[in-house]
Amino acid sequence: MTTSNGRSGNGAGRATATGDPPVLQLAAKDFKSDQEVRWCPGCGDYAVLSAVQSFMPSLGIPRERIVFVSGIGCSSRFPYYMNTYGLHSIHGRAPAIATGLAASRPDLAVWVITGDGDALSIGGNHLIHALRRNVNLKILLFNNQIYGLTKGQYSPTSERGKITKSTPMGSLDWPFNPVSVALGAEATFVARTVDSDRKHLTEVLRRAAEHRGAAFVEIYQNCPIFNDGAFDLLTDHDSRDDNQIRLEHGKPIRFGPDRERGVRLTDQASVDLVEVADVGEDALLVHDEHRDDPSLAFMLGRLSHTAKGPTPIGVFRDVDRPVYDDLMADQLDRAAAKQGAGDLAKLLHSGDTWQIG
Amino acid sequence: MTKPVQALDRVTIRFAGDSGDGMQLTGDRFTSVTAAYGNDLSTLPDFPAEIRAPAGSIPGVSGFQLHFASYDILTPGDAPDVLVAMNPAALKANLRDLPKGATLIVNTDAFTARNLDKAGYAGNPLDDGTLGDYHVHAVPLTSLTTASLKDFDITKKEAERAKNMFALGLMSWLYSRPTDATIAFLKKKFASRPVIAEANVTAFKAGYHYGETTEVFAVSYEIAPAPLAKGTYRNISGNLALSYGLIAASKLSGLPLFLGAYPITPASDVLHELAKHKHFGVRTFQAEDEIAGVGAALGAAFGGSLAVSTSSGPGIALKAETIGLAVSLELPLLVIDIQRGGPSTGLPTKTEQSDLLQVMFGRNGEAPVPVVAAATPSDCFFAAIEAARIALAYRTPVILLSDGYLANGSEPWRIPEVDTLPDISVPFTTEPNHEGDFWPYLRDEQTLARPWAVPGTPGLEHRIGGLEKADGTGNISYDPENHDRMVNLRAAKVAGIARGIAPVEVDHQDGARLLVLGWGSTYGPIGAAVRSVRGQGGKVAQAHLRHLNPFPANLGEVLARYEAVLIPEMNTGQLRKLVRAEYLVDAKGYNRVSGLPFKAEELEHVIVEMLEGASRP
Repeated sequence: MTTSNGRSGNGAGRATATGDPPVLQLAAKDFKSDQEVRWCPGCGDYAVLSAVQSFMPSLGIPRERIVFVSGIGCSSRFPYYMNTYGLHSIHGRAPAIATGLAASRPDLAVWVITGDGDALSIGGNHLIHALRRNVNLKILLFNNQIYGLTKGQYSPTSERGKITKSTPMGSLDWPFNPVSVALGAEATFVARTVDSDRKHLTEVLRRAAEHRGAAFVEIYQNCPIFNDGAFDLLTDHDSRDDNQIRLEHGKPIRFGPDRERGVRLTDQASVDLVEVADVGEDALLVHDEHRDDPSLAFMLGRLSHTAKGPTPIGVFRDVDRPVYDDLMADQLDRAAAKQGAGDLAKLLHSGDTWQIG
Repeated sequence: MTKPVQALDRVTIRFAGDSGDGMQLTGDRFTSVTAAYGNDLSTLPDFPAEIRAPAGSIPGVSGFQLHFASYDILTPGDAPDVLVAMNPAALKANLRDLPKGATLIVNTDAFTARNLDKAGYAGNPLDDGTLGDYHVHAVPLTSLTTASLKDFDITKKEAERAKNMFALGLMSWLYSRPTDATIAFLKKKFASRPVIAEANVTAFKAGYHYGETTEVFAVSYEIAPAPLAKGTYRNISGNLALSYGLIAASKLSGLPLFLGAYPITPASDVLHELAKHKHFGVRTFQAEDEIAGVGAALGAAFGGSLAVSTSSGPGIALKAETIGLAVSLELPLLVIDIQRGGPSTGLPTKTEQSDLLQVMFGRNGEAPVPVVAAATPSDCFFAAIEAARIALAYRTPVILLSDGYLANGSEPWRIPEVDTLPDISVPFTTEPNHEGDFWPYLRDEQTLARPWAVPGTPGLEHRIGGLEKADGTGNISYDPENHDRMVNLRAAKVAGIARGIAPVEVDHQDGARLLVLGWGSTYGPIGAAVRSVRGQGGKVAQAHLRHLNPFPANLGEVLARYEAVLIPEMNTGQLRKLVRAEYLVDAKGYNRVSGLPFKAEELEHVIVEMLEGASRP
C-alpha cells in the first residue's frame, strides 16, 4: 500500500516509510466505540460509519495512531463512534485543528469528518487552506445539501430555490459544488462517492487513505428527515445507471445501462455528454487522474451541479505534491543539522552582552 | 582644545524623523552602546501605523525615546531632555512633549518651504521665535553628511540616507558613548555592500568629529554606569523576551513548541522570532486567520506539544470560541494577547491595558481562564514560563497579557542561569486509570487536572469534544446535575491555581495608609511615581499583580490592610472592577486611555492628591 512517491499513504508515513507496517489482527468491531450511535433512523451517516469501521483494519495502522477530528453538525458526531483517538471540535474549525495536529505529529493518521455547512459555509476558509497546503489529512465531507442538526435550513450546497424554514419563498444563493471548490483550491486528491454504494464508497476511502497529502472526498449522503431523496437519481435502482458517471483512470468515460453514453471534450474547452454510437469511442475523453493541471477534472466536476443529472463519481484527481507536514519537519531537521540542537543558554546570551561586577 | 565634560545622572533623548529616516535603527544603536556602557536604561519606540505615510508629513513621523541613567530607572522618561528632529514634521509632532529649556537638535537642511508646508508651518519655526524657550542647535545634517561622503562612489540619495548615522555620531560624542561597537555593527549590517558600510561609518565618524570640533556644542556630557547587580547583561525588548520565554518553556517542559499565529501588530515579531529557531524543534504555523492560528495550536496540544497562539485584542476576539473549546477539552494552551489601543482596529501601534475584561469574560458559558500579566519588557520572559507552567500543570488554556509598550520597549536584562529556571514538565498518562479503562476526565485530586493522554498511546484511545462531558468518563452527558458539577469543577480547578502561586508582595512603608495596586506595564511608571512621592516624604505602599485570575490568595488580606487603594490603569477601570467585585473594596482608579504609557509625574500628582485627601479629616 504505497503511493507513487513510495511512501505509505495514510499518516504514519514518517514512522513506517522504511519498514513494513506491523501485522495487526484488527476487525471492524475493534473500531466501534462503546457509545450508542444516535443519528436518525435511515440516516446515510450509518452507512458511512459502517464502511469506515469495516475498512479501517485493512489500513494496518494501529488504532492509537488514528485520530478523527470533526466540527459541528450531524456528521461531526462521527468521532464519538470510532474507537480511535477523536476530537469533536467547534463549527467549521476541524481542518484548522487537524492541521495543527497533523503538522506537529506526522506519525498520526488524521481524518476530518465534516458536512456541507461545516466545511463550506462557516469553515470554508479552513477547508481551502488545508487543501492548498496539502496537509496530510483525509477530509470526508458528508454532503446532504441541508442543515440537519439545526432542523432544516438550506445549506451552501442546496439547489437554488430550495424551500426551507429559513427560505419560505426559495433560497436565493447559487450553491457551491464541493468538487469544484476542492479543485479550485488545487487539492491533490479529490473524489466523490455515494453513501449507499458500499463498494464504491470503500474503494474511494481506500484510495484517499493511500494518498499522502490532503485527500478530499465528497460523500453524497441522504438526510431522510429534512432533504430525503436528494440523490435519488444517483441511487435509485431505476435511474442510477442513467445518472452515475463512474470515473476510471485510463479509461474512456462511458455510462448508461449499456454504457451507451459518454463524455467528450469539445473544441470549445468544455465537456459534453454524447451518444457513443454517434461519435465513436475514440472521441470520448479518457480519464486521467494524474494530470497536473486540474482544469479537466474541474470540467468533469461541473457536469452536474447538484446531482440533478448525470453526475461523475470516483476519483477526479490524484497527484503528488510535497506534503506540508513533511516540509515542516524537514525544515526542523535541516535547521538542527545546520545549527545544532538548540542551546538555551547560548540563545539567551546571543547578541551584545556585557558584564557587571 | 578639549571641551569641558559635564556629569549628569540621567538623560532622556528622543530621536524623531520621517519613517524612512532610520530613526528606529538610530535609537537601537544608541541603546545598544548605552547598555554596553553600563547605564541603566529604558526605551520606547513610537512609530506610525502606516508603513510609509507621505514623506515629510506628520502621520509619517517615527520616534524613539531612550532614558538612561547612572542609577536604576523604571521608565523611558516622562519628557525628553533632548529632541533630535530630522524634519519640520518631526519637530511639530514632538515639540509639545518638550519641556521649556530642553535641547533641540534640528536638521536645518530639511526645513525647506515644501517640508514646512507639509508639516503645516506657516513660517519657519527656526527663525520666527517659536523655539525661543529651547536650546536650539541648528545643524545642516544632510549637507554635512553628503559633504563627508563626496569622495564615495554612491548616489546622492544613498549619501543622504546616511544622515541618521551622522546624527548618531553627533549624539555619541555629545553623551560620551563608545564608538567601536557601532562601527563594527555597520560593517556587519552592510557586509554585502562594503561601499555603503564604509559610507555609513564615515558619516558616523563625521558626526562625532563635528560635535568635537564645531562651536555649536560647547560641552559634552557623561553619564556614569549604573551600579547594577553582578551578572551578564543584554538589552532585551518585550517581544524578544517573550519569544525566548516560550523557547525556554519548551525546554523546561520537555515538549516541542508549536506556535499558530496570524500576523497582527504588535504581536507579529514573536512569530518572526520563533520562526528563526527551528533548531529548537519550534514549529511556527502562519495560519489563514486568527481562528485557525489558535485552532492549529489546540490541535497540536491534543498531540502533546506546548501549544501557543499569539495575537492582539482583535485577534483574541476571534479566538474566543476556540479558547472556550480548550476550557471544555481541558488541554494546555497558551494564548498571548499583546494589547493595543481599541476598540476595533483602534490604535494598532499604541499601547493600552483594555483587554483584561475581554480575556477574563469574553467567552460563552462559564469558561474560566487563568490570566497572567508581564510587568516589564524583560519580565515577559518569566511571565511566559509561568503561563506555560499553569497551562501544563492544570491542563487549561492560559492567557498571557503583554502590551505594545512592553513589546517594543526595551531594558537591560540580567540573563538568568538556565539551571535556576523551574522544571515545568508534566507526565503524559500512559496507563488506564479506572479498572482497566481510561477515563479522560478522572481528575487529579490535588490540582483537579485531568489526565493528558496523547494520540499514539496504545489502549488509551478516547474521544473528547465541546459537548458537556460526564464527570470521570468524559462521555457526552446532558444530565443536569452533572453539568452543574462540571461547571463548578472547572471553576474550582482554576480557582485552585491560587494555592500554587506566590502571594502578592507588598512594598510597604511604615505609616503608609495608601496602597497603589497595578498590573502589567504600568509597573515602571507606578514604581517611579511611588519612589518620587517617598522622596518627598509621602507614605505609600505599592503592589503589583502577576496573576489576575486567580488572584493571589493573600490579596484580600493585603487590600484590607490599607485605608485607601489606588489602581492606575490604561483603561477605564477594569482591574478596579474585578477587585471591587471580589473583595468589596472601594478602590479608586486613575484611568487614562491615550495610547501612551503613563508618565511617572502624572501618577505622582495623583498619589500626592490622594495622600492629601486621605489626611483630611
